[in-house]
Order: sequence, then structure tokens, then C-alpha cells
Amino acid sequence: MITTSALTLFGLGLGASTVLAVASKLLFVKEDPRIAKVEDLLPGANCGGCGFPGCSGCAAAIVAGKAAAGACVVADLESMAAIASIMGQEIEEREPEIAFRDCTGGARAEERFAYKGVMDCQAAHMLHGGSKICPEGCLGLGTCVSVCPFDAIHMGPEGLPVVNPNECRACGKCADACPRGVISVVSMSSRLLHLNETTDCLAPCRQKCPGQINIPRYIEQVKAGDFEGAVNTIRERNPLLIACGRVCPRPCETACRRSHVDAPVGINMLKRFVADREMHSGSHLSIPCAKDTGRRIAVIGGGPAGLSCAYFLRRLGHNPTIFDAMPALGGQLRYGIPEYRLPKSDLDWEIQGILDLGIDVRLKSKFGKDYDIDSLKADGYEAVFLGIGAWQASGMYAEGEDLAGVWGGIEFLTAHALGQKIDVGRKVIVVGGGNTAIDCARTCVRLGAEVTMLYRRTRTEMPANPEEITGAEEEGVTFTFLAAPTRVRGDENDRATHLEYKMMELGEPDDSGRRRPVPVEGSETLMEADLIIAAIGQKPDLTCLYDENAETCPVETTRWQTIVADPDTFQTIVPGVFTAGDVYTGPDLVISAVGDGRKAARSIHYYLQQDGKIPVPELVQRELIPYTLFSEIDGVSRKERAHMPHLCHGDDRNRTFNEVEGALSESEARTEADRCLRCGLTCYDRDVRKEPGAAQNLRE
Amino acid sequence: MQEYFLLFIAAIFVNNIVLAQYLGNCPFIGTSKETSVAIGMGGAVVFVAVMAAAITWLVQEYLLAPLGLGFLQTLAFILVIASLVQFVEMFLKKMVPPLYKSLGIFLPLITTNCAVMGIALICQRNEFGFVKAVAFATASGLGFMLALVVLAGIREKLEIRRVPRAMRGTPVGLVMAGLMSLAFFAFKGMI
Repeated sequence: MITTSALTLFGLGLGASTVLAVASKLLFVKEDPRIAKVEDLLPGANCGGCGFPGCSGCAAAIVAGKAAAGACVVADLESMAAIASIMGQEIEEREPEIAFRDCTGGARAEERFAYKGVMDCQAAHMLHGGSKICPEGCLGLGTCVSVCPFDAIHMGPEGLPVVNPNECRACGKCADACPRGVISVVSMSSRLLHLNETTDCLAPCRQKCPGQINIPRYIEQVKAGDFEGAVNTIRERNPLLIACGRVCPRPCETACRRSHVDAPVGINMLKRFVADREMHSGSHLSIPCAKDTGRRIAVIGGGPAGLSCAYFLRRLGHNPTIFDAMPALGGQLRYGIPEYRLPKSDLDWEIQGILDLGIDVRLKSKFGKDYDIDSLKADGYEAVFLGIGAWQASGMYAEGEDLAGVWGGIEFLTAHALGQKIDVGRKVIVVGGGNTAIDCARTCVRLGAEVTMLYRRTRTEMPANPEEITGAEEEGVTFTFLAAPTRVRGDENDRATHLEYKMMELGEPDDSGRRRPVPVEGSETLMEADLIIAAIGQKPDLTCLYDENAETCPVETTRWQTIVADPDTFQTIVPGVFTAGDVYTGPDLVISAVGDGRKAARSIHYYLQQDGKIPVPELVQRELIPYTLFSEIDGVSRKERAHMPHLCHGDDRNRTFNEVEGALSESEARTEADRCLRCGLTCYDRDVRKEPGAAQNLRE
Repeated sequence: MQEYFLLFIAAIFVNNIVLAQYLGNCPFIGTSKETSVAIGMGGAVVFVAVMAAAITWLVQEYLLAPLGLGFLQTLAFILVIASLVQFVEMFLKKMVPPLYKSLGIFLPLITTNCAVMGIALICQRNEFGFVKAVAFATASGLGFMLALVVLAGIREKLEIRRVPRAMRGTPVGLVMAGLMSLAFFAFKGMI
């Protein structure tokens, strides 16, 4: 029986194999030999990352011309080059991509429920969205780890997946498997193009920053001593870190959760520290740029918005050219901010680093005179960015303000920055309460004048940075609050000699929430002055947009003389013409101009690459996300905030334009970085573990 | 005639090879994403099932039965069917390239398909004659094709609907297959 069975099966097998062997000879079909060769070069991982069913499918597709030689996501450059040579093609270099986790929650994220036996993120997500309170964060059950075909992800000690950059092949399996969208596969370009979305892990500071800098990330890098990494993180959103590190009024710090415990983290001190450290190292860190696209864009205006737009366009692979009417780049950074706050040599170093990426510059060429939108388009520029800023000083609406010796704030600062000798005389009156007014006052102090500032409300309503006000006081500027100018009196030569002002009292709050000043009748007073500076406000000068005799200009404008554009894409009503910065927002922060410059660069990138269609993410973050704003913070102990050292004192400070504020030392910076709570949307680091709640008990 | 008619109805609807007997589930889920693919796969299954039923019937009748080796049935059938599919693939590639183009990529999938194997074994269990075995194989193959094409139609519609993220793809496909299976149970007791 056994013999028969064995023989029968053997016979059947032999018969079948004979038939197949004969058939393979008789029925041989000549196949493209390249398929087998290509398949040999492919790794055989069958990961599906290329989009074909397995490696043999991919090989057939490559030979059939349906896929590029570099279609495989796993193969190394060498084998891709070999495949390309078989196919007689050149491989197109892809921008490297890597899996990126955007969540800092992990084990510290608070739990809502305790599930028993749920071992998979997707399953947990099906049960009321998973156990975590945070609606966007990592569930920590490691589905991404189990789906990764290359073992490139493991669960870190914090309960968060950690991607090993050397193993990750960007196949995208983890991103597909994650039900929360915590892991994504991104290239440098897609990181530069990303706008904050409400589903991102956004700490309050990150939501508040107009430049959308990943603040928690760079603070953590400073804490770990990775100062170059911190510079690179900042440069993904802001190319002007030296300038912002010195002049930014730090909206981010107002949102810092630590301010509910003691004082906000000195975020900008850390930015300044890493930026200065790079500068003092003497060489610029290398900044990666995407592959050249060869598309030319005209960036008009070399201020913060224009520099930012040009910088991001260049990093996305385009070829921008900056046009500027002034003799040097920097815009208001150079001509509006005095030397003692931002030394010109530092600014030059920073701008040179941006231009070294390969950006062309045409200085002293004025828009509307030397060229206009039509001539630029005729010259082969495919898109135009208008970042001409707000350079016109607003008037005081006081009688006699056109007399000699009366200056606009920005006019005065620009003239001074251009090196003009201005005779400030003995007594100077500065009208206004913003940063420009303080800059004018402190500049005049350094030019040897006695300065009085006139402001129509009180100190608490002053829009200038508090430390600027203190700085002015320290330098001997006197303040007259609740006073508004009414008339400028001049001598027989039409030169201003006195300013007449009226006292004010505060009435009901106005639209801005500040109490409206109301004049006190009969309180007119005269004050002697050799020079009067009206730093009341600025607005864009749009005359360059108008033809000599035309009444209308190509773009739409508002009654505040700003240009109208789509708030998400920054495109004006003229297709291909974009705008950002002060000319769009009215006078605003440097970081707002930088942030909007990046958004405009993003739009220009899509405009050029996608036939004018600019996608706007559905969940783009515009306002602070309400559930992430806490009124109190528990479990955090107090730590004292660092103080910025002063570089110069006494006469050296009041008589020269030497830089006043210094930078932190390395140990101070790391101590300050350690104050950061590493916030996510809802989680933050506690010094004391929270008492185990009901959820914890359930798990027992 | 009526006997064959009933055989067809029974094999296609009442005892549907995949929905009632749960055989061939892997290609049923795997190739039901597009109707065109489903038709190709269905055709391949009909073709191979008929060939397999015929050849295994011969093997059983003239080799295993005379030698009294009925217990080797499963083993022998696997060997025969696998070789058969390989042979058919080569044959079609050489002789009927158009047919190979439409069925070719599915043939390796069927090499060790339990639906094909199941059809051959059911024929033996019910002691069908040769003609009846071939007819049954045709009908069962058509039943498989019907289920596959219907599911593909549903899944094509599902592609454009809002499905919870974790349910997208295979999970919702399985749910649909389960519902279809319940629906086909309504044919029970018809015959």
C-alpha cells in the first residue's frame, strides 16, 4: 500500500514536471530580458511603496516605460543608477523624504478612558477616538511600529514612536496606518510649504507666532546643546533670526503657558543666542535648497517680507530677483531700526547669507520708474511679489506741521540711517508712543539732545515694547503723558520753535480696547523745541503703482493705502501678482512680514507649479485654538527667568550707537531652555506627576 | 434537462462557492476593487475550475480509484491543479496571447486557490459523472464570478463615500462580503 501510494505520487509529480519541462521548451515566449535584470536589482521587499504590486510588477512597469527608473523607494542610489543604465535613462534625483512625527504628548498625555486589551491604534481610534484627551495626539499603541517594513520605527521611552532616519525609506506605510495623522512622510519642500493646521501639534507659542516657527522644537534643541539644529529649525520659518532675535516684540511669549506660573520662557533670548553663536562662528550654516526649477520671480522690495519671500522661493528651487529702491537691502530693518538695537554689520551678515543661496539683487531701481509689472513680465518674470512696505509718515493734523524742523518719525530714522547729518539742536520733542517714537527719541539722545516724548494716553497704553520704554527712561528721555499736539509755532524764518499741546483725559474705551483720550478745554501749553518728530504712524506710499496721469492703479487698494489681497494666498486681484508685509497689513511686526512673505512664496510656488491653482488647507489655523488655552497650570514649580545683559553703560550707551542688549551665555541659554514646558496642544511637562485619576484605577 | 438547470441554480445561488461555502476568500477580497479586474478574475476562475474538474475527475477515475488510493485525493489534486495552472499559463502565453493578456496576471493567484480545489473535491464527494462534474464546475465558477463582480460594484461605490478612516479598504470590503453572504442565504431552501 505504502509503495503504491509513494509510486503513484512520484509518478504524478514526475509526469507533471515532465509535461511542464517540455511545455516550457515548446511554449517558450521571448520576453524582454531587461525585466529580469531590473528585477534582480530591485530589493525584493515587495513593500508597495512604488505603487505597483510587488517588485516584479515594478520591474515590468519600469521596462514598459510606465514608471521611472527611480520608482523604487527602497533601492539605493547605486542600484537605481544601474537600473537607469539598463533602461538608457538618467535618474531624476528625488528630494529625500523621511517619516516625521508631529506630537510631543506620549506617556505624559492625559488619558480619558482606560481600555483593556486594545493593542492597536486603529482599533482604539474606532472606540470614541481613542483614550487620550488630546484629539490629535499619538495614541501610543505602536501601529506604525508594526507596519514599518524596514524596522525604522520603535517606541521611545516617552511613549512616542521614534523614527530612525538612517533606516526610513519614506514608503509611507506608517502615515497610512496612523489614524491620527501624527506621522507623515515629508520632504524639506513640503515642510517649508506647510501652513499651521488645527490638527497639528501646536503649542500656544507656535499658534501665536506670526511666522509659525516651531518654537518648542528649537527650544528643545537648545536644551540638548544642538545649537545648529535650532538655527536650522528657525530657518525653516524665518531667515532673519539675527534681526528678529534683537527686535521682535515676542508675541509668542504672551502665549507661553509658563506665564501662569512665573514668567514666560525667554524664547527670543534663545533665538538671539543661537543666531549670534552662528554669526560668531564666522561661517553660515549650509542651507539646503530644492532642485532648480529655473523659474524667475521678481521680488520688489528688499525688506523683511521681500527677503523672506525670496529666501523661501530660492529654497523651493526657484530663481527670485530682489529689486530695491534703496542703496542697500533690509528695508525698515536697516532704515527704520537704529544701530544700537540692530547693528548694520550684523544685518549685512544675515542678508549676505540669504543672498548666497543664489538670489540676484538690483539695488537703486525704483518700482514704477525703472520698471513696472508689465515690463517685468515682458522680461520673463513669471510672478511678481510686491513688498514695498509702509514708508510714509502720517501727519499730526496740527497747524504748522509743514514748518522746517518738523520731521516724520520714519523720515527721520531713514535720513539718519543714510548717514545724513541732522542738526537736532538742544531740545527735541517726539510725538507718539510706539516703537518708532522711542527709536527716534533714543537716537536723538545719542545725538546729544534733551528729549521729551509726548503721548496722548498713559504709559500703560503705550504700544512700544516695555523694555524699550524703560531703556528710554534710563537714557534720560522724559515723558509727558495725556498730551496731544495742536499747533506748531515757528519764527520769522518759518522754523519751528515751539509745540503747543492740549492736555487729555481718558474716556470710554474705543474699538482697540484702549480708553479714548478726550481733550481738556483750555489746557493749551507751549513747549520749546528745536526739532519736532511726529512718529504717529506710517502708511504705504502707493504712488509708484500709479501711472503719471492715470487715476487708477492695477491692484485694488484700501482707504488705509494698503493693497488688497486674498488673506490665505496673498494673491492680488491681478493673477501672478502677490503681496505681503506692511504694504498689505499696514505697519506691523518684522515677524509678521517674514511669516506672510513665506506664505506668499508658498502661493507663488503653487501658482507656478500648478497652473495658477493655489491650495489652501481646509483646517488652516487662523486663531488660537480655544481648548489649548489654559487659565492655570498645575504641577509646575517656579524657575527664574534669565535677564538679557547690557553691553554698554553710561556715556558709552548715551553718546554712541553701540549695541545695548547682549546675548545669553551658553549655560544661561540652556538653563532658560530648561524652563520650557515642552507644550503640545493640551499636554505639558509637570514637575510633579498628577495624582492618578479615575481612569488609572479602572486599569487595575 | 431540469436536473442540469437545478444544478446550475444550486451552484450559482444556493450553494455559492464563496458566499455560502466560504471558499476562495482571498482573491474574492483581493481582486474586487474594480469591476474590470473582477470580470477578468471571474473568467479565469471559470476557465481553470472547468479544466481542473475535468482533469481531476480523470485522475480520480482512472488512477486513484482503481489503485484504491482514495485517501491521496487531496494531495494528488493539489499537485495536478498546480501543474495544470502553470501549464495553462504557458500555453496561453504562447498560443492565445490576447486571452493571456486579460487572464494572465490572475492565473498565478489561482495556482493554489481553494475555490478551484473545492470545486474539484465537491464533484468527487457528490460522485458526479464527467459531464455533470464539468457542468458543476462551470456553474460554480460563474457563481464565484457573480459574487466577485457584485462586490466590486459595491466597493467602487464605497470608494467615493465617507467611510471611517480605520474601516477603509479591506475592513469595509469584508463587512460588505458578510452582508452579501447574508443576502444569499435567502436562497436556502429554494431547492
